[in-house]
Amino acid sequence: MGWAKPLKKLLYALPAPAFWLGVWQVCAFLVDRRLGGRGNELLLPYPASVWSALAAMAGTGEFWGAVLTSLGRIALGLGWGVTIGAVLAVLTCASPWADRLLSPAVRVVRAAPVASFILLVLLWTGRNRVPAVIAAMMVTPVVWDNLSRGIQAIDPRLLELARCYRFSRWKQVVLIYLPALRPYILTALTTATGLAWKSGVAAEVLCLPEPSLGQRIYYTKYYLDIPELFAWTAVTVALSMVLERLLRACVARWGRGWGR
Amino acid sequence: MIRCRDLTVSFGDRTVLDRFSFDVPAAGVTALSGPSGCGKTTLLRVLAGLEKPRSGAVEGIVPRQTALLFQDDRLLPWRTVEQHLTDVLPKSRWGEVPARLALAELEGEEHTFPAALSGGMGRRLALARCLALEAGLYLLDEPFAGVDLPRALRILERLKALPVPVLLVSHEPAVLSAADTVIELDGPPLRTC
Repeated sequence: MGWAKPLKKLLYALPAPAFWLGVWQVCAFLVDRRLGGRGNELLLPYPASVWSALAAMAGTGEFWGAVLTSLGRIALGLGWGVTIGAVLAVLTCASPWADRLLSPAVRVVRAAPVASFILLVLLWTGRNRVPAVIAAMMVTPVVWDNLSRGIQAIDPRLLELARCYRFSRWKQVVLIYLPALRPYILTALTTATGLAWKSGVAAEVLCLPEPSLGQRIYYTKYYLDIPELFAWTAVTVALSMVLERLLRACVARWGRGWGR
Repeated sequence: MIRCRDLTVSFGDRTVLDRFSFDVPAAGVTALSGPSGCGKTTLLRVLAGLEKPRSGAVEGIVPRQTALLFQDDRLLPWRTVEQHLTDVLPKSRWGEVPARLALAELEGEEHTFPAALSGGMGRRLALARCLALEAGLYLLDEPFAGVDLPRALRILERLKALPVPVLLVSHEPAVLSAADTVIELDGPPLRTC
């Protein structure tokens, strides 16, 4: 049957979200009872309230403007971060001198608090550029780390085979490096996407570029509109998951010819 | 004729080849036989240019015109049987793939990935890939490991018909007796008998 497989997939995927939604509903109910119906919406709103807030927001042009602009900024930062991280990984694995020079800088970026960078970048660039720059800065060390480990883990016997069988440099990249790095690329993309969203939205909250998800989140704090805060958080998580799925699907499609 | 004169190869304090000399005929299959660890693989790697001898000379080999079948298969898990051959053949010679597969008796396995091949089939694929390279000398390190004897002997007959010399390492008496020339080695370290 054509519908049997999707139905099975749906039945397999549904219980976990349904369980956590139930936990949320029960917790909101307990808070509601404890506060005697007063102020429940300030601490832990019901899922239905958040859904109503989300539905109301989704009908406005401002919502889509904020969502698409933030998506564009963070995707741009993610793209730059992945590119720079990949170039750094190749350089540091190819040359011990590049490794000595660049690795400490990447480690410093990885260890430094993101808030410090947000404020510095805000001083150096316009507030509209901060989320993309911060997302790129946070993603770069993750991609560098994963790809460096991947490059170092490539079977040296395969590289010897490639040299012995006179594979061109391009052929070595396409036939050995990229397929061998695929699991590392997938891990890097998964971690990097979540990190890009977290750091990018944090930068938006602090710098308030217009329009943006972070700015909307900041206003919910300002007006104590907690259902809307939950709704914007849900939108951010959903966008992060969609982007991650999309990237993973691209890598899977790209690697289909590799037989994995 | 390929001539190796006074080859000495050491790894640290351990001398594997000690002033070893031998000749490989210009055609046919020459089999190298000897106890494990006596330096047969090292000798093939020297002839393939992967190891540099400390002293001695090899004559009659054009640089980068050898093809080495490694002792382990070194197949790419993400490439199919057919792709392993097209990876080493120039595009103008992709039409040779069926004949190359037939040589190694792998017909019908074109779209199979290495994980689905048996040990013997993997070995034959590695052999077919090595033989697909254009070379003036084929160096085959235990090409029939895991391959059943009747099939190994059939493939050996095809190797004997190649227009270029083949130097192979084997421990199998039936393969040694079917080869055109056999060089028995002692050691380690390997010295000229």
